[in-house]
Amino acid sequence: MSDIVTNESLAYSESVPAATAAALAHSARARFTLSRRARDTLGGTLYYVVCVALTLIFLFPIAWSAFTSFYTPAEAMASPPVYWPSRLSVQNYRSLAEYGHGIWRYLWNSSAVTLLTVALTLVLATLGGYGFSRFRFPGRNIIFVVILATLMIPFQSILTPLFILLRILHLQDTLIGLALVYTTFQLPFAVFMLRNAFDAVPREVEEASLLDGCTPMRSLLLVMLPLVKPGLVTAGLFAFFGSWNELLAALILMGDAKNFTLPVMLLNAQSGHMGAVNWGLMQAGITISILPCALLFLLLQRYYINGLIAGAVKA
Amino acid sequence: MSIAASLRLPRLPLSRRERAGYAFVLPCVVFTTVFFLVPLAMTLWMSFNHWPLLGKPNFAGLANYLDLLHDESFWSALWFTTRYTLVVTPAIFLLAFILALLVHRAVRFVGIFRTAYFLPVVIGMTTASLLWWWMFNDQVGIFSAVLMDLGLIDEPVQWLGETNSALASIVVMVLWKAAGFTMVILLVGMQAIPQDLYEAARMDGARWLQQTRFITIPMMRRTFALALTMSVIGSYLAFEQFFVLTKGGPMNSTISVVHWIYRASFTYFKLGYGAAMSVVLLLILLVLSVVQMYLLRDESE
Repeated sequence: MSDIVTNESLAYSESVPAATAAALAHSARARFTLSRRARDTLGGTLYYVVCVALTLIFLFPIAWSAFTSFYTPAEAMASPPVYWPSRLSVQNYRSLAEYGHGIWRYLWNSSAVTLLTVALTLVLATLGGYGFSRFRFPGRNIIFVVILATLMIPFQSILTPLFILLRILHLQDTLIGLALVYTTFQLPFAVFMLRNAFDAVPREVEEASLLDGCTPMRSLLLVMLPLVKPGLVTAGLFAFFGSWNELLAALILMGDAKNFTLPVMLLNAQSGHMGAVNWGLMQAGITISILPCALLFLLLQRYYINGLIAGAVKA
Repeated sequence: MSIAASLRLPRLPLSRRERAGYAFVLPCVVFTTVFFLVPLAMTLWMSFNHWPLLGKPNFAGLANYLDLLHDESFWSALWFTTRYTLVVTPAIFLLAFILALLVHRAVRFVGIFRTAYFLPVVIGMTTASLLWWWMFNDQVGIFSAVLMDLGLIDEPVQWLGETNSALASIVVMVLWKAAGFTMVILLVGMQAIPQDLYEAARMDGARWLQQTRFITIPMMRRTFALALTMSVIGSYLAFEQFFVLTKGGPMNSTISVVHWIYRASFTYFKLGYGAAMSVVLLLILLVLSVVQMYLLRDESE
């Protein structure tokens, strides 16, 4: 009897992916005389084998790079690569501290641009989202649609004019200029997110505060803002990931090496020193640039996924 | 007043409430205008000019667009990007669908699996590309080393050295990076399917495969359209993975459209020409967005 089961599941795994086979084996139908419990255990085990294997595959590159960043520089550069280091070292991080203008400089650049972008995006989107949600005025819908429609236009196609524009505004090659550009890229999604959040707050809440003599601004700050906190976190997270990880605009808009953000600095490290790449230093840099994203995501993933869902439902 | 009304001008004077509304949305309007709409208009204008990085631009009419028609590099970049899109989109979709089926159930540890499959999405494309560039390296990379230790190959492979294997390598990297995103989109669609449909099907004796085929897949048509169009749109804008992993090589065979625009504008300093290509890219993406909206239209309307 067990032979039949094995053949059956083999046949499945040839025609459909292992995942499907796992779920098939798991499905609750009484076809075989094998006991339900035995079948569930078999399917359950297969399910977990597949899922755990995929988990390891997905996490491996990150873990391997982070692990290698603690090799000695010599072992990190060894060819063929060393699977297990003879000892651990922080020398790669020390080298990174002295690379170019120093890692602290690039970390500061990336953090400053990112935090400024997040802050500006949240302020603008809160004001805008509240305005679009709670006020009626001529042209409201058209303005909202135009702001959202910029999502359909690739920002990659307007970078050259932005380069010229920042020069005219004397913001060329400044962290503030880059943050202003990033904020504009983040606005449509953030405004959309915040407008939805304000829409979901019952009107009575606000009306009560207005009757109590609050100005709209006071009502927004004291009454409404705490109620749209999830929307703020989501919009802030997207702005964070967007600006922390962005390469092309930073590459075009930042000319001076001391203004480089982390991705641009890493790209420079890729071309190496006199043709030789410092592999250990690269892994240290990669690990540092992944770390904030990974931590923020692990802490706040519910909000991030909610943002994706909102975006998906909108479309 | 009546003239204003007949011209459909806003009714004046505005109420306090209306003025407050304008004041709230004003900052967004200013940002979008200055840093998006104005540059957009500038892109259009620049595309009709010869525009060097320094020095005076001069009007060129349609010259940039005519050059574009005869520029083999541009067409090969467009064709390569299309090829990449056609390969990567179904690949991501298939893997993401399998992942979504796996994590679409309330079992123990499923949260950990979801998080792990999604984690690469939040890593920057540049960082991810550099990470895989290292792993693909023939001297210090893990892939060649492991395959050699297993005796499957005799000498290190130049994964990124040949057009087709470079494309395949980049697709593998992007699968790792992007499948989690599509997985979540599909998961949302799956969870929106009413459970009683499955119960009814089970009553009728439908097996898991039949349930997937006759309930899950038809019910997810819009979600599929969303996931596929998002992936197509993203792929047409691909840049970092090629810029980092192959630098467009070998022999300029893996240059994407955005990469080519960047090169024309900032290596050859032909900003007007780059703008003309940007306009073409923009039109392609607008068409894709319209297709997306058409596919996702609300059929009840």
